Amino acid sequence: MKLIDLAAEISFGVSSNKVRSGLTMLGIVIGIASVIAMLSIGEGTKAQIESSIQSLGSNLLIVSPGAQRGFGGAASAGRGSSQTLTLEDATAISSVSGIAAVSPEVSKRYQLVASGNNTNVQVMGTTPAYLSTRNVAVDSGTFFDATQVSSRSKVVVIGPTVRDDLFGTGANPIGSTVRINGMDFSIIGVTVAKGGSGFSNQDDMVYIPISTMLTFLSGGTAVSSIDIEAQTADGMTDVQSAVTSLLLERHKIADPTQADFSILNQSDIVSAASSVTGTFTILLASIAGISLLVGGIGIMNMMLTTVTERTREIGLRQAIGAEKGIIVLQFLGESILLTVLGGIIGILLGYGISRLITLLSGTTTVVQWTSVAMAFGVSAGIGLVFGYYPARRAARLNPIEALRYE
Amino acid sequence: MMIDIRNITKSYTMGKETTEVLHGLTFGVEKGEFVAITGPSGSGKSTLMHIIGALDQPTSGTYLLDGEDVSALPADELAKIRRSKIGFVFQSFHLLARATVLRNVELPLVYADVPHAERERRARKALEEAGLDESRFMHQSNQLSGGQMQRVAIARALVNNPAIILADEPTGNLDSKTGDVVLETFQRLHREGRTIVLITHEGYVAEHADRVIVIRDGVIIEDRKSAKGYVKPGKKV
Repeated sequence: MKLIDLAAEISFGVSSNKVRSGLTMLGIVIGIASVIAMLSIGEGTKAQIESSIQSLGSNLLIVSPGAQRGFGGAASAGRGSSQTLTLEDATAISSVSGIAAVSPEVSKRYQLVASGNNTNVQVMGTTPAYLSTRNVAVDSGTFFDATQVSSRSKVVVIGPTVRDDLFGTGANPIGSTVRINGMDFSIIGVTVAKGGSGFSNQDDMVYIPISTMLTFLSGGTAVSSIDIEAQTADGMTDVQSAVTSLLLERHKIADPTQADFSILNQSDIVSAASSVTGTFTILLASIAGISLLVGGIGIMNMMLTTVTERTREIGLRQAIGAEKGIIVLQFLGESILLTVLGGIIGILLGYGISRLITLLSGTTTVVQWTSVAMAFGVSAGIGLVFGYYPARRAARLNPIEALRYE
Repeated sequence: MMIDIRNITKSYTMGKETTEVLHGLTFGVEKGEFVAITGPSGSGKSTLMHIIGALDQPTSGTYLLDGEDVSALPADELAKIRRSKIGFVFQSFHLLARATVLRNVELPLVYADVPHAERERRARKALEEAGLDESRFMHQSNQLSGGQMQRVAIARALVNNPAIILADEPTGNLDSKTGDVVLETFQRLHREGRTIVLITHEGYVAEHADRVIVIRDGVIIEDRKSAKGYVKPGKKV
């Protein structure tokens, strides 16, 4: 039998009962559409989180005081639980090769007051290198320079959210004064809006020279963390081990497992976050996968009904010369046609749903070609797997009994 | 000889009991003959029909169809024999209800790999031969009357130019007037040189053939010329 004739018989079989074929297909359409939509949400979230992490800085290593406590520790650095890192450590780290910039930081929350408004924000004492390590840019005015750091100037660079809260949206606060913990600071710059990083909002922050922070606000010489920017991504591991041994030596610790600091590699954060979003994506996809499975069982159910209903037709086809293999191909072809058509409609519907989710909720969704290809393959596979048993059953019918079937 | 059946038996095994339905039948059908096989229900004529139609195989004995031994072929080889040498006409027509008349008649040619244009040409010719009006060719088969449906079925049996036409109770679902028309069609096809085997339990229908083989309890009890001139007096044959 020629392929084109087989295709004609298959499409004739499917189109003979349009309502039933359509309803059966609907199971696959819904299954595939939900898989596509769920995967697009998962992938979109993953892409969003990864770009947020990249916005923290590039090739970033964060040295935090205290023992290793997973990447969650970085977010709460500055809790003050341990005070093992000092400005001198930061200065010593600068001499390690392969480093582009080092910025120590001391951060603490304070109440800020200006022009009758007040807000509670994170105050970050740091050095100009912070611009490089953390990818911060100044929108208007300037960042403080090394001279202002060494002279303990009471200058402040504020985040756009702080500006909006204190002075109103879009106001120009340069030259104005803000009171931090009862002391007047002069505003010299506003940073560019970056949006939330997923861990903290970098726009709701103010920056002051670290010397000013240590002298007038936090006291002492302990820093809450040291940011290190490696020159290259490949060099990050080398820098990490060099810094580790340097600090162990400086802190006179022989056993690395007893270290009183921890170094967090940005790629660790990315991979940790990726594994979280990966799990999330798998969860969503498996829920959608269940509906796909139900759709597949629907196909099998429909094909079994079809085989029973068309027993006489199968008997006739055998009597006029169709081999068993041809009967298998016809029924298998019918179920694959149903699932492939359902799959195509499902992919289009799923794409539409993910666009709609983006439009309505603002969640980023990414429909990947791989998930489209996978969905298509899975739907064809479902047709094959769930259609095989009914097709075998059709082919095994005895033509004499099939012809007599009432 | 078109059909050469030698000493065939057929038994069925149900559980531990084996029942023999056909007890060593021997007969032949020449090319161009019109033979009726008749007998009461339970006589074994349906079993014989299935064997002649290559739908089933004898337990023992040989069956040569158009010179080819088909008594012990695997299922797919039997399917090939059916599509090249046998044209079936069934009691309940067995048409694809939602397909057009033309498509129904073309179906055996589809399985025999005949090219599309050739299929349609041969299907139209077969339908003309079976006596269906051309205006019906594109109708869905479930829109036809019983007599028209049986004509479509006869056309489908003719279309692959088979060695034998095997008709199983072809008038069983038709009123007597339509039944007569169908029987006359078989007689005309016979005059045109077709070999026809007609299975029926009705003596009246059997007498339309040239030769009648009567089966009872799995053996041939009679093999004679028909008495059609006597059964239908005054009718031109």
